[in-house]
Amino acid sequence: MSVETNKQPADGTHSGPAPLIRLEQVTKRFGDNTVLDHLDFSVDAGRHVTLIGPSGSGKTTILRLLMTLAKPDEGTITVDGEQLFPASEKQIREVRKKIGMVFQQFNLFPNMSVLRNVTEAPVTVLGLSKDEAEARARELLDLVGLADKCDAKPSQLSGGQQQRVAIARALAMRPQVLLLDEVTSALDPELVAGVLDVLRDIARSTDITMLCVTHEMNFARDISDQVLMFDSGRVIESGPPEKIFGDADHERTREFLSAVL
Amino acid sequence: MNWDWEAVRDFMPQFWDGLLVTLQALVLGSLISFALGLVWTLLMRTPSRWVRWPVGVFTEFVRNTPLLVQLFFLFYVLPEWGLTFSALTTGVFAIGLHYSTYTMQVYRAGIEAVPAGQWEAATALSLPTVRTWQVVILPQAVRRVVPALGNYVISMLKDTPLLMAITVLDMLGQARLFSQEHFRFTEPLTVIGVAFILVSYLASVLLRTLERRLVR
Repeated sequence: MSVETNKQPADGTHSGPAPLIRLEQVTKRFGDNTVLDHLDFSVDAGRHVTLIGPSGSGKTTILRLLMTLAKPDEGTITVDGEQLFPASEKQIREVRKKIGMVFQQFNLFPNMSVLRNVTEAPVTVLGLSKDEAEARARELLDLVGLADKCDAKPSQLSGGQQQRVAIARALAMRPQVLLLDEVTSALDPELVAGVLDVLRDIARSTDITMLCVTHEMNFARDISDQVLMFDSGRVIESGPPEKIFGDADHERTREFLSAVL
Repeated sequence: MNWDWEAVRDFMPQFWDGLLVTLQALVLGSLISFALGLVWTLLMRTPSRWVRWPVGVFTEFVRNTPLLVQLFFLFYVLPEWGLTFSALTTGVFAIGLHYSTYTMQVYRAGIEAVPAGQWEAATALSLPTVRTWQVVILPQAVRRVVPALGNYVISMLKDTPLLMAITVLDMLGQARLFSQEHFRFTEPLTVIGVAFILVSYLASVLLRTLERRLVR
């Protein structure tokens, strides 16, 4: 696999092999509002990184740029040594397969059974046979504790169950990177724990790289090995969770945490 | 006014012929309008303005001119261009084409009502665009639009007597013919009036069944 070596490291916090995800000088504007301002940001393979910060600080935008749901106005994005932006449509389609995403609103396909939600993309995109895809889907649904719901329609499930199906659906594509966009924010409080348990399991038992945006500080503390504090489209502080939650350097970080904890 | 059951009986053979024509026009016209409307909708969503612009102008034109004018045009002008079809074929096509410019708006609304999150999930799973339309967007859009399409089916039924203008004898055509021959108006017109109500009732029952099955 080719790794671009002619570029300067995106920021000083990483050394050693090239990071799996790298954003360089990325700017994203919505009208007059500059959400990300020449952002440099990278994540090493296998890391579990949580982005925290006030709403509107650009955390979700980063996930959307990586999932190619939005395009940056400037800058470059590289994933696993291959450029995701700027890139041709064909290249984008290829690189995108390395990334999976779980959404705040689950976004399951309501017209398909739970099983079909999980098998559709592996069959259509990865070219798995129906049997292979189903066997794998059943394994994943078992992993998220929903083996008995294969034939149900999403509308018959609780929010927490739908979100766990969405996690299985994303994992079925065997992504290298899993993006989690406030995955518990739309859930009733009593359903949050089930989803977090599943994600904690996945974080511990796989080498998948995770990038989470969350307001669940306990979750951030629990699964991530790196926490990035965002404010106004910039990373103002980053470090291991113990450091950020225990003894943040930045005044703004301490303010934010005392407001949400 | 006197009601003559004899006249009703005499009208029956012609009535069945007319009913058959009305049903043919309705069923085929509906199918054409459903299919063609979807084609217009999808063409209007292509990135190329060289496709969207002509389709937009053409469908706007068809929607805003009377069906009766279109029937005459297709029936009398197409043969001059060397295209000859039976009157019924021409009529069915005209109805289907006319109503396709309405169903396209229904489809558009249905497609736009599919939440953006569905497109985003499809992108996140790398589903190709065509596949996303096939298995995610259209199945969800279609189930939303069945009730609205049903209204146009009833509308189409009520427009089938226009086919008389191009010599096609639907139920009204047969009733009129019978009246002129036998000087009885009450019986044939009453019979077809009842028949129109029954057909539209049956059509709405069928559509509701379809709707329930799709929404499941």
